[in-house]
Amino acid sequence: MTTTPEVGTLGGDLEQAIRPRRHPLRSLANVARQNPLGVIGFLIIFILAIVAIFAPLIAPFDVGDFRAGQPKENPSWTHLFGTDGLGHDVFSRVVHGTRISMTVAVLSVGGGTIIATVLGIISGYMGGIVDSAIQRIVDTAIAFPILLLLLILAQVLGPSMQTVIIAVGIAFIAPVTRVVRGAVLSERNNQYVEAARALGASTPRILIHHIAPNVVALAIIIATTLLGTAILAEAALSFLGLGIPVPNPSWGTDVSLARASPPYHIWWAIFPGAAISVTVLGFNLLGDALRDIFDPRLRGRL
Amino acid sequence: MRAYIIRRLITGIFILFILSVVIFVLMRLAPGDPAVLECGLGASPECIEAKREQLGLNDSWPVQYGNWIRDVSTGDLGVEAITHRPVIDTLKDRFPVTLELLIITMVATIAIGVPFGIISALYRNSPADYGVRVTAVMGLSVPNFWLATLVIIIPQELWGYAPTFARSISFTDDPVGNLQQFVPPALVLAMASAAGIMRLTRSSLLEVMGTDYVRTARSKGLRESLVVSRHALKNSMIPVVTVLGLQIAFLLGGTVIIERIFALPGVGLYLFESLLSKDFQVVQSLTVLVGAVVISMNLLVDIVYAWLDPRIRYA
Repeated sequence: MTTTPEVGTLGGDLEQAIRPRRHPLRSLANVARQNPLGVIGFLIIFILAIVAIFAPLIAPFDVGDFRAGQPKENPSWTHLFGTDGLGHDVFSRVVHGTRISMTVAVLSVGGGTIIATVLGIISGYMGGIVDSAIQRIVDTAIAFPILLLLLILAQVLGPSMQTVIIAVGIAFIAPVTRVVRGAVLSERNNQYVEAARALGASTPRILIHHIAPNVVALAIIIATTLLGTAILAEAALSFLGLGIPVPNPSWGTDVSLARASPPYHIWWAIFPGAAISVTVLGFNLLGDALRDIFDPRLRGRL
Repeated sequence: MRAYIIRRLITGIFILFILSVVIFVLMRLAPGDPAVLECGLGASPECIEAKREQLGLNDSWPVQYGNWIRDVSTGDLGVEAITHRPVIDTLKDRFPVTLELLIITMVATIAIGVPFGIISALYRNSPADYGVRVTAVMGLSVPNFWLATLVIIIPQELWGYAPTFARSISFTDDPVGNLQQFVPPALVLAMASAAGIMRLTRSSLLEVMGTDYVRTARSKGLRESLVVSRHALKNSMIPVVTVLGLQIAFLLGGTVIIERIFALPGVGLYLFESLLSKDFQVVQSLTVLVGAVVISMNLLVDIVYAWLDPRIRYA
């Protein structure tokens, strides 16, 4: 045991003594009142998460049931979003598509952000040759349009859900590493880190107990703003035929199917794309609000 | 400054080197064999073997890489696998298409993004501000391939209007036809970048409006319109110019989707088609070319940045 935890406790006591006590729910309500758009974003994502979890219970028809109706029906009470070119119920496909989008977004952003945070912490704290090596690789990845990187990775790995998750996750590593590294650089020169070092704390201890907690909040904000980007990326890849392969109800794939089968059925093209837009909008609103609440300095930088 | 530019150029070349190695290895890990592609399905082993030999695929990777880099550095981007047409010839046809698309996109991005961003900042928290902000976040949320699809199929279904596809109309032959062909895809591509520029212009101008020198300008009795136009606007545009330059990488990626949907025979579509047909040579050379364009743009942005903002000095 070192003495650092006691220093922390002292700080906590002081803070409690100075700050007036407020009910946590009340301050949450305040935050919500100041960010109405953020609340809308949160509600959108909350509802979509429920749709994703209970997709089979919500969808009236099976995803693969092409005898759900006649081909290219207009919206009706039986088929809320109409039917597609083969007679699938578009509403059921959109509902199941929520699962695909959410899964890809959470896994790719989660994986990418975790790797990037570790790399960023190492790069920022170690400095020297390790830092240079990591940063030159980051430079290379950033010097390249993300969509092209995704297309090439998808082509190399072959189209599948795992491929999309891995490719999108990899594409996020470089930019997030850069931001985390910047945060670590400004953090490592703070006095509390110096104090910990003076008390004889080892490098891993400083990294895990002192630097990481301060950087993780930042990483979570970035991750939220990236979830929308991940959904757009998956949809674009699937639209181009290099994402989630055909029988799966990916929103991007369904838009491309609607585009590829004249005479066009406009409803069929509208609903899957609208689902993408609403989901991404939800994540963007939520991400903006989180960023404004936790770190207003980031405004305009992400 | 000169030392800085030279250092950046050296770094740039180093980055291109890493990029070339990565893309070279990736293309060789990709499933499929360009030789099989050329001989067709069910081709005889002799044909495949002969093609592999001819394409140099039987050499070791370092030899193949060395040959490729030697050719590229002398301006020879190689030939297409199936047609044997030099890549540089196809690029000469296709580059003007992508260039025109990007120019119109950039003009639209600035013409939409900057004025609305300024309005949003000047009338902060007014209905106009909320309107601009909500529009901007929507612009960032709507996928461009969906908007492009709707732009094509809705007029066609409702009014039977179909744009010209698959060949590009030259501006000098038919300016109206040319613009009819390029403006819709450029506007779709500009949606997200205009939304980003709107947000950035707003936050940048708001920041500048809060600075001491703007307060000084106001307190000496200057009219608000002059405070904004003479003092605030110029400085608030510095980050906007920077981001406009950086968006080139983002837009280059977008051209792949937009050129495909609108069937515009540009560089993005060329790269995509080559990637699908596993034409190693073309994908490799185009990738390095795109990387070089992006790196040069980034350097240019930093130089312009220093020129616009005398406080910035590169050592």
